[in-house]
Amino acid sequence: MNKGTSYTASQVFWLTFLRVIIGWHFLYEGLVKAVNPNWSSVGYLLDSAGFMKGFFYRLAANPDTLSVVDFMNIWGLITIGLGLILGAFNRITLPAGIVMLAFYYLSHPPFVGLKYELPMEGSYLFINKNFIEIVAMMVLFIFPAHRKIGIDRLIFSNRKFNTENGNQK
Amino acid sequence: METKNNPEEKPLGNKKKLSRREVIRGLATVPVLGAFLYGWYRKQKFDKILKGEIRHELNLGTDIPVLNRSVPMDKKIRLGIIGTGGRGRSLLKALGFLRPELIDDWTEGNKKDKTDTRLAEFMEQPDLNVIVNGLCDIYDLNADKGLRASANNNRNGSEGTMGQKPKRYRTYKELLASDDIDAVIIATPDHWHGTITIEAARAGKHVYCEKPMTWTVAETYEVVKEVKENNIVFQLGHQNRQTESYIKAKEVFEKGLLGAVNLVEVTTNRNDPEGAWVYKIDEEAGKYNIDWDQFIGPAPYHEFSLERFFRWRCWWDYSTGLSGDLFTHEYDAMNQILGLGIPHSAVSSGGIYFYKDGRTVPDVLQQVFEYPDRNLTLIYSASLASNKMRGKVIMGHDAYLEVDNDLKLFADQGSTKYREKIEKGIIDPSMPIYSFTPGAKHVDAITSPTEQYFAGRGLLYTYRGGKRIDTSHLHIKDWLDCIRAGGIPMCNIDVGFEEAMTSHMGTIAYLENRKVYWDQEKKEIV
Repeated sequence: MNKGTSYTASQVFWLTFLRVIIGWHFLYEGLVKAVNPNWSSVGYLLDSAGFMKGFFYRLAANPDTLSVVDFMNIWGLITIGLGLILGAFNRITLPAGIVMLAFYYLSHPPFVGLKYELPMEGSYLFINKNFIEIVAMMVLFIFPAHRKIGIDRLIFSNRKFNTENGNQK
Repeated sequence: METKNNPEEKPLGNKKKLSRREVIRGLATVPVLGAFLYGWYRKQKFDKILKGEIRHELNLGTDIPVLNRSVPMDKKIRLGIIGTGGRGRSLLKALGFLRPELIDDWTEGNKKDKTDTRLAEFMEQPDLNVIVNGLCDIYDLNADKGLRASANNNRNGSEGTMGQKPKRYRTYKELLASDDIDAVIIATPDHWHGTITIEAARAGKHVYCEKPMTWTVAETYEVVKEVKENNIVFQLGHQNRQTESYIKAKEVFEKGLLGAVNLVEVTTNRNDPEGAWVYKIDEEAGKYNIDWDQFIGPAPYHEFSLERFFRWRCWWDYSTGLSGDLFTHEYDAMNQILGLGIPHSAVSSGGIYFYKDGRTVPDVLQQVFEYPDRNLTLIYSASLASNKMRGKVIMGHDAYLEVDNDLKLFADQGSTKYREKIEKGIIDPSMPIYSFTPGAKHVDAITSPTEQYFAGRGLLYTYRGGKRIDTSHLHIKDWLDCIRAGGIPMCNIDVGFEEAMTSHMGTIAYLENRKVYWDQEKKEIV
């Protein structure tokens, strides 16, 4: 996972393209919530089903945890979105995004027999779009094209230099 | 590519210098942000124009109406409660009195399930500065529950200290004769409402009476006369008067956003034994702890019957049936929003189609009320054996309004007022052009489909901040405020008269199987 990894130009292009569009999606979801004064995660949380239902209900029931969840959702989505578009700090933003998506997936898992009030725009069994986005982000984590195209290229080369000088890892 | 003279080169880190190519590769995706911001700007502008156009058309404020007046609470009001069965005890809760064992249960409930916020909601309910000095119930177990609730003036569990229990009176007459009671709450079966209100007014006690106001037409006139002559503060127990969305609905109607309203449809949709008044009969109940003669009161005599005592709503002897029990809620909401008054005529039909349990009141009922002066019809349709939710709808030529705890205003495809905007695509008749959700921080012309969806189910505001206030609490407060500082309660004696007469017209039309009329001159049902 360094500059020495050799990708073809089209591999770099498509990996970068994938990263940027996922970033776009995160950023827009975050900003839409940020500018809507009425937005709250409470409805989504209360619509949860599956084995983690109780956990999500508890988050919704307590006004303090709910405001933390709301804040983390808005600013998490925006930060991760910006990070992915710019290719910045992706060693952190990718796992963070995966964790967020995992929460969305676990609150509304498309398992047999579970029903949701929230309308869904497609048909899913076990695999839904959250799941696919998680896997796509895993791929980006394993194939770190952000080291080729993205701010991480600059940061990484800096760090490498520092490491070589024994300043920090 | 590394050329020392290139001004694009920037030192990064300690000493390392990056080539222009490095920088370009590092920042290659930055222009995507520019594209994003451009797209964001276009989208926001589009939404703003859309909302602006609709807002301009509707000219509807985003304010949430202020309901209760601000009145100094220093004067303690001494209450008497007549009837401490299910509804009476709900009103005690709305007053701030709950049995300690229920506090224990709710504490346990919250420990097991954090979403059980009943206790927290009750604890947050403001203090009304009242004391229950007396109560009366003809069934010992209900009286005892009422006494234990009333004594719990510190909202404690069974470990905590209790206040003094109020005096239990054997008859309401003795309670009314007591001089340490300023005001009474009447939560008896329907056949007692009028009689007790009349006597309470004569005794100079202020009255909060559960709906319906009266059981017979004749006593309705007397209730009005006594309440007015004795100058007492009377509130009828239609707590819907406090519902924010109904107050907002009135504004929507008065602004003419619906166009000419020609049809109003209200419904009852129930499908469970409790909802059909088949209540549980206490195993401990019997002749020895129920004062049967006092239960009968103004009703025709019938021998002792636990079924009749616990399920009194099923018999005309004590009940006002669907028209008095459930239609009155719907009617009063529409009277509040539209200012309907008493209708010109009523027809009614229905039957006992599902609950063939010996009841005399129908379980399916249709009532049609005509308001020729207003060019509109009010339809009530009820079933106690189907849950299909039909809601309340006010239909006008230009738009229709779905009224619930939230409001949804839809433009009509054939509207004259909104035609131009519908043609231009600014207004979509399949989406609400205005929605109101109490508890939401702001009111918005268009909100996201998800929000709309949850708003309709009341989910948005139920848990938000946990601050949902019991409407009965607000309704009692309105009454107490008027006792303390003067003023007219929201569901006063005049609207009570309209409620009672309209409901009686529906019942008479059903029982006599004929069209009945309201004689506006003589103020009589004919």
